[in-house]
Amino acid sequence: MKKLSLIALATAMCLSGGIAAASRYGLQDPQTSIARDIYSLHTLILWICVVIFVAVFGAMFYSIFKHRKSVGHKAAHFHENTTVEVIWTVIPFVILLGMAYPATKTIIEMKDTSNPDLTIKATGYQWKWGYEYIKGEGSLTGVSDGVSFYSNLSTPQEQIHDPKVQKGENYLLEVDNELVVPVGKKVRILTTAADVIHAFWVPAFGVKQDAIPGFIRDTWFKVDQPGVYRGQCAELCGKEHGFMPIVVRAVSEEEFKDWASKQKPAAVAAAPAADATQVAAVAPAADATAAAAGPVDGKKTYEGLCAACHGAGIAGAPKVGDKAAWTARLAQGDATLAKHAIEGIRAMPAKGGNPALSDAEVKAAVEHMVGLSK
Amino acid sequence: MEAVHGHDHAHDHHHPTGITRWLTTTNHKDIGSMYLWFSFTMFITGGILALGIRAELFQPGLQLWKPEFFNQLTTMHGLMMVFGAIMPAFVGFANWQIPLMIGASDMAFARMNNFSFWLLPPAALLLASSFFVPGGATGAGWTLYAPLSVQQGMGMDLAIFAVHIMGASSIMGSINIIVTILNMRAPGMTLMKMPLFVWTWLITAYLLIAVMPVLAGAVTMLLTDRHFGTNFFNAAGGGDPVLYQHVFWFFGHPEVYIMILPAFGIVSQVIPTFARKPLFGYASMVYATASIAILSFIVWAHHMFVTGMPAAGQLFFMYATMLIAVPTGVKVFNWVATMWKGSMTFETPMLFSVGFLFVFTMGGFTGLVCAVAPIDIQIQDTYYVVAHFHYVLVAGSLFALFSGTYFWLPKWTGHMYDEKLGKLHFWLSMIFFNMTFFVMHFLGLAGMPRRIPDYSQQFADFNMIASIGAFGFGLTQLIFLAVIIKCIKGGPKAPAKPWEGADTLEWTLPSPAPYHTFETPPVVK
Amino acid sequence: MQHAQAYYVPSPSKWPIVGSVALLFMGFGAAFLMNDIPAGPWVLLVGFAILVWMMFGWFGEVARESEAGKYGPQEDISFRWSMSWFIFSEVMFFAAFFGALFYMRALSVPDLASGATGEYLWTSFKAGWPVSGPGIDETFTAMGPWGIPAINTLILLTSGVTVTWAHHALKHNNRGQLNLGLFLTIALGVVFLCLQVYEYVHAFHELNLTLGMGAYGATFFMLTGFHGFHVTIGTLMLIVMLFRCLAGHFKPEHHFAFEAVSWYWHFVDVVWLMLFVLVYWL
Ligand code: HEA
Ligand code: HEA
Ligand code: HEC
Ligand code: CUA
Ligand SMILES: [Cu+2]
Repeated sequence: MKKLSLIALATAMCLSGGIAAASRYGLQDPQTSIARDIYSLHTLILWICVVIFVAVFGAMFYSIFKHRKSVGHKAAHFHENTTVEVIWTVIPFVILLGMAYPATKTIIEMKDTSNPDLTIKATGYQWKWGYEYIKGEGSLTGVSDGVSFYSNLSTPQEQIHDPKVQKGENYLLEVDNELVVPVGKKVRILTTAADVIHAFWVPAFGVKQDAIPGFIRDTWFKVDQPGVYRGQCAELCGKEHGFMPIVVRAVSEEEFKDWASKQKPAAVAAAPAADATQVAAVAPAADATAAAAGPVDGKKTYEGLCAACHGAGIAGAPKVGDKAAWTARLAQGDATLAKHAIEGIRAMPAKGGNPALSDAEVKAAVEHMVGLSK
Repeated sequence: MEAVHGHDHAHDHHHPTGITRWLTTTNHKDIGSMYLWFSFTMFITGGILALGIRAELFQPGLQLWKPEFFNQLTTMHGLMMVFGAIMPAFVGFANWQIPLMIGASDMAFARMNNFSFWLLPPAALLLASSFFVPGGATGAGWTLYAPLSVQQGMGMDLAIFAVHIMGASSIMGSINIIVTILNMRAPGMTLMKMPLFVWTWLITAYLLIAVMPVLAGAVTMLLTDRHFGTNFFNAAGGGDPVLYQHVFWFFGHPEVYIMILPAFGIVSQVIPTFARKPLFGYASMVYATASIAILSFIVWAHHMFVTGMPAAGQLFFMYATMLIAVPTGVKVFNWVATMWKGSMTFETPMLFSVGFLFVFTMGGFTGLVCAVAPIDIQIQDTYYVVAHFHYVLVAGSLFALFSGTYFWLPKWTGHMYDEKLGKLHFWLSMIFFNMTFFVMHFLGLAGMPRRIPDYSQQFADFNMIASIGAFGFGLTQLIFLAVIIKCIKGGPKAPAKPWEGADTLEWTLPSPAPYHTFETPPVVK
Repeated sequence: MQHAQAYYVPSPSKWPIVGSVALLFMGFGAAFLMNDIPAGPWVLLVGFAILVWMMFGWFGEVARESEAGKYGPQEDISFRWSMSWFIFSEVMFFAAFFGALFYMRALSVPDLASGATGEYLWTSFKAGWPVSGPGIDETFTAMGPWGIPAINTLILLTSGVTVTWAHHALKHNNRGQLNLGLFLTIALGVVFLCLQVYEYVHAFHELNLTLGMGAYGATFFMLTGFHGFHVTIGTLMLIVMLFRCLAGHFKPEHHFAFEAVSWYWHFVDVVWLMLFVLVYWL
C-alpha cells in the first residue's frame, strides 16, 4: 500500500510538471506577453521545486529504506555540523535569487500602465460588471469615447437550478454584453466598484486586479490574437460572486471601430439604461458621488435594486406591502426613512448598496415603497 | 479521560468530582484534555461544514444550498477550523506537555488557565448560533473583508464578538505559557536544553500576544463601521477597504505560523525518538524557528498582491516572503539529517511525522509559488491557494497533531493505542487527503476561483474527485476517534517510556502521568 | 501546601466558569442590542453584572492568597512577567489604531485626492489633515491641542509622579503618604476623565466633530475613546488599591499588585503622550 500511494503521488507530481502545457493541469494558454511571462515563470519555479523535492525526499526515502531498525541498522550519534547548516542555508538563498530576478522583471512590466491606446473603466457591482470607454485617454481617442454598458451573466437560470436541463458550453462564463477590445493595442483597465470589492480577472491575459469601491486601480493587457476570452470575478463579493463572469472579445482594429460606431448612437440616445435588466437607471459613467442627470424613477430603482431584499423581506428587510412591518418605521417620518435608506442602517446598505444612486433617486424609491406599504 | 487520574489519594486537596471538577479545575492535565476534546468537536463541526461545501461542488449546478448559505459554510468552516480546531488543539498539547517537559508542577497561572479554556465554548456558541439568527451566519469569508462584512447581518456581530473572546483566551493562554516556560523550568533546564516543542511554543506564544490584539483592533473597527458611523473602511469617509486587509493580514500571516510552529515542535520530538538519534542541528532549529517568527511580521501583504499596491510594495513583500523558505528549508533538511543513519521504526506517530514532512513540504513549495507576485496575480483567490493552505494546514498542522496524539496517548491514558488501527488511519488519511486536495492545484491553475458555489463545466471531473476524497477523508477520521476511545477505555498497559528513543522528562514519569507531577522539581543535568 | 517551596497552585475555583458565562451573556447581549432585539440591553446587563461579581470574587481570592503569604519569590517573578506581557499586548492593540491613523493620514486620504481615483471619482476632493472624507459634506472643526488636551497632559504627567511618590512611600512603609499619594492619583484620574467627557460634549455640540466625521472623526474618537476607557480601568484599579491600602494590605517588600497597577498607569500615560503628539498636535 505504501508503494502504491508513492507511485500515485509521483505520477501526480509528474503530471503537474510534465503536462503543464495542457491547460487542464496548468495555467491557461497565455494570450499576452505578460501572461506568457507568468506562464514560463511558473514552469521554471515548478521545475526547480520538483528538483529540490526529488533530491530531498530521495535522500529521505533512501534513509527510510536503508536506515531502519528492521534491516538491522544501528543509529549513528552525530547531531551537529555547522558546515552543512551553512551550506543548506546558502544554497536555497541563491536559488531564491535566481527565482526573484525574472519575477522582478515581470512585475515591473506588469505595473507599467503608461501610454495606453485605449482606456476602459470596469466597475464591479453586486453582481455584474459595468464598462465605460474613457474619453481622450489613448491613441484610439475618438473611436469609442463614451461607450458604456453593463455586462450580466446570460446563462439561463434553469441551467443553474435544474439538473435536468442541459448546461451550455460556456456555462457560467457567458454574458449579454461582451467587453470588446482591439488586438495588438495596449488596453488599460481602470477598476473600481460600487459596493464591495470585486476583482477583474481574465486568466488568459495574466490580468487580475481588485476593484475597490471608492478607489481606482489599474492594469493593462495587449492581446495577440482575436478571440473570445473568459474570466470571472475573483474576490468574494456576496451571494452571486460565482455568477459575475467577464467575457472579452478581441477583434481587429477595423472591426473594433465598426463595433464602436454602432455602439455610440445607442449609448448616447438611451444611456446604458436601455438595458431593462439593469439595476438602476444610472450609467456606470456616473461617478460614485454624483449620479447622472435624468428623470428620477422610483419604481424602476425599487424594482431593479431594492426589491432584491424588500420584495421578499430578506435579511430582516421590511417587506413591501407588509403593513405590520412598516407601521413602526413610518412613524419615524419620511425624512428619517429617506435618511436611513440613503445612509444605510444596520443590515440595510447605504443606498441599497449602490452609491452611484443619487439621493433623489433613493428618496423616490422610498416614496414608491412607502406608497405600496401604507 | 477518567483513567488518567486514578492516583490522587496521596494528595491533600479535596477535589470536586463530576462536572464540577471540569468546570473548576486548575490542573493543567484536566485543562489540556478539555482543550483537546473541544478542538476535536470543532474539527468535526468544521469538517461537516466542509463536507457541505464539497457536496455542493460535487457537480456543476446548484443542488443543495442557496449561494448565500454556501458562503456561510465556507466562512464558518474557515473560522471554526482555524480558531476552534487547530489553535486550541495546540494549546491543549501545550497544557499537557509543557509542564511535563520542563519539570514544572503546573502552569504558572492555573486558575487563569482554566479561564482561557472556558472562554472557548461561549465563543463557539456565538459562532454556531449565528447560523440561526435572521440573515444567517456571516458569509464574508474567514478573512471578514470589509466592506462585504459591513453589509452582513447580525451573524457578523456574533462572529466579531466570538473573535474578541477567542482573542482574549489566546492572549491569556500565551501569557501563561510564556511565564511557565521562562519561570518554572526545573533547575538545570537552561533555555538551550529545552525540548524543541517547548521552544516552538515559546515563540508561538510571543506571536500570539503580538497579533491577537491587532485582530481585535481590526474587528473592532469593523464593528464601529457597522454600527457607530465610523468610516475606517469606506472611501467616502477618507477610509479604505484595503486598510482592513492590512490590519487583518498583519495578524493573519503570523497566525498561519502560529498554526505551524508548534507542529514543527511536535515533529521535532517524534522524529528523533523513532530514529533513535538526537535531533540534528538543535541550535539551528531554534534559530530557524525564531527567524520564521520574525520574518512573519514583514510579509503580510503577500495576501494582497492584487489590491493594486505599487511595484515597490510588491517587490518588498515578494522578497521577504520568499526568504521564509530559507529557515523552513533548514528545518526540513535538519529533520532529514536526523533520520539519516538512524535506526528507524515506523509506529503511527513516526508515520504521521514522515507524512507531515513529505506533504507539508509540497504545501511549502506551493506557498513559494504563491509568493512570486506575478504568479500570484494569476492564482490568487483560486483553488490553487485553497490547495496550498490545506497542504500546510491539514497535512501540516493536523497531521502533526495526529502524530503528537499517538505519541503521547500512552502517557496521557496509561494504555497503548491500537497500532493497526493507527496505521490504517494514517494510510487512509494520506491517500484521501491527496485525492481531495492535489487536484485542487489543477483547478486553480486552470482558473477556478475559490468561494464559489457553482462552476463551469471544465472543472467538473476534478471537483468530483475532490469531493469523493473529502468524504473519504472525513470518514477516516472516525477511525481516529475509535482509536482514542479504545485507548482511554483500556488496552495494553503502557510502560513509563513506551518509545525506546524517547529522552525528555515526561517519560521519567509513570504512565498515565499522575494527577500531580513534579511537585518537587527534578534536577536536569 | 505540602512542600514548603512548591510553586503555589490554587485549588479549584468557580470564578473562571462564572467569567465565561458572563462573557457569553455579554456577547449575545451586545449583538442583540446592536440589532435592535429588545432583550439586548437586559442580556448585556446581566452579563455585565455577572462579570462584576466574578471580578470581585476572583480578585478578592487573589488578594486573600497574597495577604496569606502564599506567593513567594518565584510567584512574584511570574506576576512580573505576566503583567509585562499583558501590557505589551495592550500596546499592540493600540498599535492597530495608530496604524489606522497613519494609514489614513499618509496613504488613503492623499490617494483619494490624486491619480486616477481623484480624477474620476472624487474630483473636488482635496487632501489634507484634519479632514473628514470626500463623500462627507458636513464640516467640522478639529480639536486643538493647547486647550483641554494640554491640561490633560499635565494632569496625567502629574499623576504619574504622585503614583510613584505613593510607591516610594509604600517601600518606606509610610502609610500616610502612601494613602495620600494614591488618593491624589485617583483624583487626577477622575479629573482627567471629567475633562475628557467635557471635551467630547464640546466636540459633539460645538465642533460638529462626531464618529461619523470620516477619517479624522473615526480615528480621533477611536484612539481617545479607547484611551479614556483604559484610564477608567486604571482609575478603578487604583481605587481598589486604595481600599486595600486602607485595609492594611501590602508590605514594603511585598506589594506587586500595587506595582502592577502603577505600571499600567504609566502605560496609559505613555499612550496619552503619543495621542497628544499624533492625534492632537501634529
Ligand atoms: C500553516 C499554515 C501555513 C503555512 C506554514 C504557510 C506557509 C507559506 N505560505 Fe501560505 N497560506 C496559508 C497558510 C500557510 N502558509 C493560508 C491559510 C493562506 C490563505 C489565507 C486565505 O486567503 O484564506 C495562505 C496563503 C498564502 C499566500 C497568498 C496567496 C493568495 O491568496 O494569493 C502566499 C503568497 O505568498 C503564501 C505563501 C506562503 C509561503 C511562502 C510559505 C512558506 O512558509 C513556506 C516555506 C516552505 C518551503 C518553501 C518548503 C521547504 C523548504 C525547502 C525544502 C528549502 C528549499 C526550497 C527552496 C529554495 C525553494 N501563502
Ligand atoms: C485550519 C484548518 C482546516 C482544515 C483542517 C480544513 C479541512 C478541510 N477543508 Fe478547509 N478551509 C480552511 C481551513 C481548513 N480546512 C480555511 C481557512 C478555508 C478558507 C475559508 C474561506 O475561504 O474563508 C478553507 C476552505 C475550504 C474550501 C474552499 C471553500 C470555498 O472556497 O468556497 C474547501 C473546498 O473544498 C475546503 C475543504 C476542506 C475539507 C474537505 C477538509 C477536510 O480535511 C475536513 C475533514 C474532516 C471532517 C469531515 C470531520 C470529521 C469527520 C468525522 C468524524 C466523520 C463523521 C461525520 C460524517 C461523515 C457525517 N476548505
Ligand atoms: C441587501 C438588502 C437590501 C437592499 C438591496 C435594500 N434594502 Fe432597505 N432595508 C434592508 C434591511 C435589512 C432593512 C431593515 C434594517 C433594520 O431596520 O434593521 C431595510 C430598511 C429599509 C428602510 C426602513 C428604514 C427605517 O428607518 O426603518 C427603508 C426606507 C429602505 N430600507 C429603503 C430601501 C431602498 C430605497 C432601497 C433601494 C435603493 C433598499 N432599501 C434596498 C435591506 C435592504
Ligand atoms: Cu464580484 Cu465576486
Ligand atoms: Cu501569509
